[in-house]
Amino acid sequence: MIEVQNLTKTYGGARGIDDISFNVEKGEIIGFLGPNGAGKTTTMRILTCFMPATSGSASIAGFDVFEDSLNVRKRLGYLPETVPLYTDMQVPVYLRYVAGLKGIPWRQINSRVGEVMEKVGLTHMAHKFIAELSKGYRQRVGLAQALINDPQVLVLDEPTVGLDPKQIIEIRSLIKGLQEERTIILSSHILPEVSMVCQRVIIIDEGRIKAMDTPENLMAQIHSTCRVRTRISGPKDSVLEGLRAIDGITKADSVDNTSNSTNGFDVEFIDGFDGSHLIARLAAEKRWDLHELTLAKMSLEDIFIKIVTDEQVKAEDGK
Amino acid sequence: MRNFFFILTKEFRSYFNSPIAFVTITIFSVLTGYYFYNIFAGFGTLSFQAQTYPMIASRYGALNVTEFVIRPFIGTISMVMLIMLPMLTMRSFSEEKKSGTIELLLTYPVRDGEVVLGKFAGCMVIFCTMLMISFPCVLLIEYFGEPEWGVIITGYLGLLLMGSAFISLGVFMSSLSENQIVAAVLTFACLLIFSLVNYSVGFVGESMAKVLEYLSFNYHMRNFVKGVIDTSDIIYYLLFTVFFLFSSMRSLESKRWRA
Ligand SMILES: Nc1ncnc2c1ncn2[C@@H]1O[C@H](COP(=O)(O)OP(=O)(O)OP(=O)(O)O)[C@@H](O)[C@H]1O
Ligand SMILES: [Mg+2]
Repeated sequence: MIEVQNLTKTYGGARGIDDISFNVEKGEIIGFLGPNGAGKTTTMRILTCFMPATSGSASIAGFDVFEDSLNVRKRLGYLPETVPLYTDMQVPVYLRYVAGLKGIPWRQINSRVGEVMEKVGLTHMAHKFIAELSKGYRQRVGLAQALINDPQVLVLDEPTVGLDPKQIIEIRSLIKGLQEERTIILSSHILPEVSMVCQRVIIIDEGRIKAMDTPENLMAQIHSTCRVRTRISGPKDSVLEGLRAIDGITKADSVDNTSNSTNGFDVEFIDGFDGSHLIARLAAEKRWDLHELTLAKMSLEDIFIKIVTDEQVKAEDGK
Repeated sequence: MRNFFFILTKEFRSYFNSPIAFVTITIFSVLTGYYFYNIFAGFGTLSFQAQTYPMIASRYGALNVTEFVIRPFIGTISMVMLIMLPMLTMRSFSEEKKSGTIELLLTYPVRDGEVVLGKFAGCMVIFCTMLMISFPCVLLIEYFGEPEWGVIITGYLGLLLMGSAFISLGVFMSSLSENQIVAAVLTFACLLIFSLVNYSVGFVGESMAKVLEYLSFNYHMRNFVKGVIDTSDIIYYLLFTVFFLFSSMRSLESKRWRA
């Protein structure tokens, strides 16, 4: 559905994105993940025909975004990062305007606006001017205008930013509910979100794709390093010393523990080795009380940071 | 055509949802009304004096309202337009660029030409409202005297054409900058240059003088206020309008050109 090949964008010499290629199948939801300035918005703006690429090509539903932009735009719903709306219009008036521009037949405009407002939960805001809406509701209006023409492809740039947790959950389930028949690209900093909603994650940093896989595979890939969180009541320094002396432990750090007299520690083992029992044994030998021993799953957050920092370390080593 | 209509109504609505339409139309009417009063009252005094002192009458020839009221009034309206229309056009694209709404507008399946025409027509509607509001002044003359309706009609036609030229230039300038003040100042400067360019006619060569004259806004108004419709004047204003509408379209398109 979406094909991107060697897409590069430079802003007057400065890097925007650098040689990005990926494909998205019909009906797939993919997540764009990356730190600030990674190039997520840039990629999306090129896909939505707002901006040309410096080189490379991209096509949506078989139409080239550069050569055939009108055909691409007909099939597109886009929610820009900043959610730019005409604040001097009332919600339904604005949506009717967008519906008109997106080619909804005259007779269907009113009913379509009603449907979409219902879908994103805006019905009770119908009399308000957009300027009077809170951030979360503006986000919904933005989503509504993207959905109004029932597009095949949805491009959502950080759709849940600035929403309260309840709204985030609502919007996420809304996005998941949109999926039938539709291809969705969304970008986010919030990593659990991506793992919940998306079937595939593209991690980009500094304009390049760093990893591209399902959330589960990404987790598995990194999961070979096992990490354990433990709480032991004993003198902090000697416990640390004892932990570090254990064979197979690469890293042991104490974590500040505000609650009680026990001390918390984060321990990492060498790849593919789970040595939790060694910690238990150590505690037993030294007659310390072992309060907690949990296998900490590496979250997508950790994966993300690991992938991004690993690359940096490599780059610095190379220099 | 459909998209043009949607953009036009949206433009129209935002002019009236904001104070812009209200303020510009009011100020336009106040200014033109004030000048009309002065011109008309001046003419009254003059006719009164002419009655008493035939000498004055012989100096001016026949005193008629067309010559002494309608023509100066139309000239005044064009001056007020020069100041007010840049205020109207400056927001058309600059505001969208500043607030980022252009990002959505340009990703809708709308042709750039439709966007430009819609914006242009939105301003034209406001401008026509202004002209219509100034019209009762002319009716007042009809009540008191016997103006030549031919001159009034061609005069207003000239103003309409001139206004469309002003507005297209303003829309173009607005498409260049995201700053409304910059757009307005650029428009104002260009309009002034085009209005005053015939001043230097005396200092340049003959052929150059012809060119400068042809470029001047005022030169092309001259026939309209005489009650004469010359196709070359109409063509001048229409060409001017089309040229800048086309340039605005190009300026929008250029965002999509590959660097
Ligand atoms: N209009 C612009 N002019 C110049 N450089 C730009 C422009 N827009 C983006 N950039 C640069 O391109 C790079 C990628 O920016 P982009 O906005 O795509 O990042 P992003 O991944 O969306 O970041 P964020 O998470 O902060 O939204 C950045 O280094 C940025 O400085
Ligand atoms: Mg961004």
